[in-house]
Amino acid sequence: MPQHAILLYAPTPADWMEAPPEELEAHDRYAAQIEELGGRIVSAQALEPSSTATSVRGDVVTDGPFVESKEVLGGVTVIEARDLDHALEIARLSPATRRGGVEVRPILG
Amino acid sequence: MRTVASGAFVLAATARVARDLDLAEEYVQDAYTEALSAWARDGVPRKPAAWLTTVAKRKALDALRRGQTLRSKLPLLVQPDEADMNDPTDVTVPDDRLRLIFTCCHPSLSREAQVALTLRLVCGVSTGDIARAFLVSEPTMAARLTRAKKKISAARIPYRVPEAHELPDRLDAVLTVIHLLYTTGHTAPSGEQLVRSALVERALDLARMLLRLMPDEREVRGLLALLLVTDARRPTRTDAHGRLLLLEEQDRSAWDRAALVEGHRLVVGALRGGNPGRFVLQAAIAALHAAAPSYAETDWPQVLTLYNELHKVWPSPVVALNRAVAVAMVRGPEAALGEVELLEREGRLSGYRYLPATKADLLRRLGRHREAATAYRAALDLTDNEAERAFLSDRLAESSARRVDA
Repeated sequence: MPQHAILLYAPTPADWMEAPPEELEAHDRYAAQIEELGGRIVSAQALEPSSTATSVRGDVVTDGPFVESKEVLGGVTVIEARDLDHALEIARLSPATRRGGVEVRPILG
Repeated sequence: MRTVASGAFVLAATARVARDLDLAEEYVQDAYTEALSAWARDGVPRKPAAWLTTVAKRKALDALRRGQTLRSKLPLLVQPDEADMNDPTDVTVPDDRLRLIFTCCHPSLSREAQVALTLRLVCGVSTGDIARAFLVSEPTMAARLTRAKKKISAARIPYRVPEAHELPDRLDAVLTVIHLLYTTGHTAPSGEQLVRSALVERALDLARMLLRLMPDEREVRGLLALLLVTDARRPTRTDAHGRLLLLEEQDRSAWDRAALVEGHRLVVGALRGGNPGRFVLQAAIAALHAAAPSYAETDWPQVLTLYNELHKVWPSPVVALNRAVAVAMVRGPEAALGEVELLEREGRLSGYRYLPATKADLLRRLGRHREAATAYRAALDLTDNEAERAFLSDRLAESSARRVDA
């Protein structure tokens, strides 16, 4: 099955320590739900808050995330899904949709 | 120009085998080329669409076997079906056309891409004609179509009919696209001609096709009814000089009775069983207008009730604005003006020409001509449509004159 990245966006600074406990518990159950839907998790990573980010553009190094906005990238889940509709079905269940949202991108290849 | 039925038919069946929309279009084009010589030699076959589909699918299957298309293929769930090739009479299952239209209207495509793809692939309209209908250059439209087809392939949008639990949302997108085609044709946003009849015909064809394919979907019934009832009034929307006529000025005896009867029958059927959706409710409102012997004798309280229901299932500011017109008829222009001004303050309709136009009309009826003139001017600034401009200019002149009298 082709791979899709689910990019998790959360209100800045996307600090998982600030996430409500129910949301974190939901993340624990998410892997099993994906399996139930016939998908598979390839990898799942949560990022430290965007306040820890450092960006490099050209040869200029600056503090903070690459794009300043109300919501920033807070994690990446890579899944295997049959097609976009299957990936979206999985993405919709993501606990990250409760406060922020997710973006689904096919992985090249 | 090919009809929706045969164009969609041939392409939809070929796309299932080719697993790529671009390639499918190419094979269909090749099949047409082959038909030129074959039909000149042997005569036109009894079922031309079946013949074309068989040839196009064979080309697709051959290419697939040669493995040329491995990299650019649509990730279809449907496997190429050898049995298809052996029975030329059964050229397509209805599902093929449904798959095609649901793929074209997938929510991961922008609305403008959905509209362009549907016209190009489902209706077979040329890129140049689509560009002209939407007032963009042909290269711009060609690029839009290419990007959209690329996204279908790269994002792995599947070529299939949504499952029951996804259907309400997905169907709504399809219905919205068809409705948008109709309204673009019905009230062209710019240019001299109020109606671009080709788009209107396409939209009606599509709605009919969809209802044949999904006879149990009440919202599809509602959409077709809405288009039929609205379109029945088409010949009376402008006078002999192309000037826009309001509903209250239109010659009701010239409305297309056959279309109204069909639309009415569809609405009645669609209203049965459960809460109606937004297309059924809009059709019911249009049908009430059509059934009234005159504008004044319209069942306005019932129209207002339907607008209240519509606003519940579809809380859009445009619905709220249209509802205000019904409020004016039931409770008077003063009450309606309050609602329109509320919408104006919310700002969600800024740039929408019918807001100042509606406000102007209410002010005019209240005898506040100076304010009406200001609102007519605001509406004029927002429209490029010649027929609408002429109408608003007349009303503006009237209001300005009354202002001097008063």
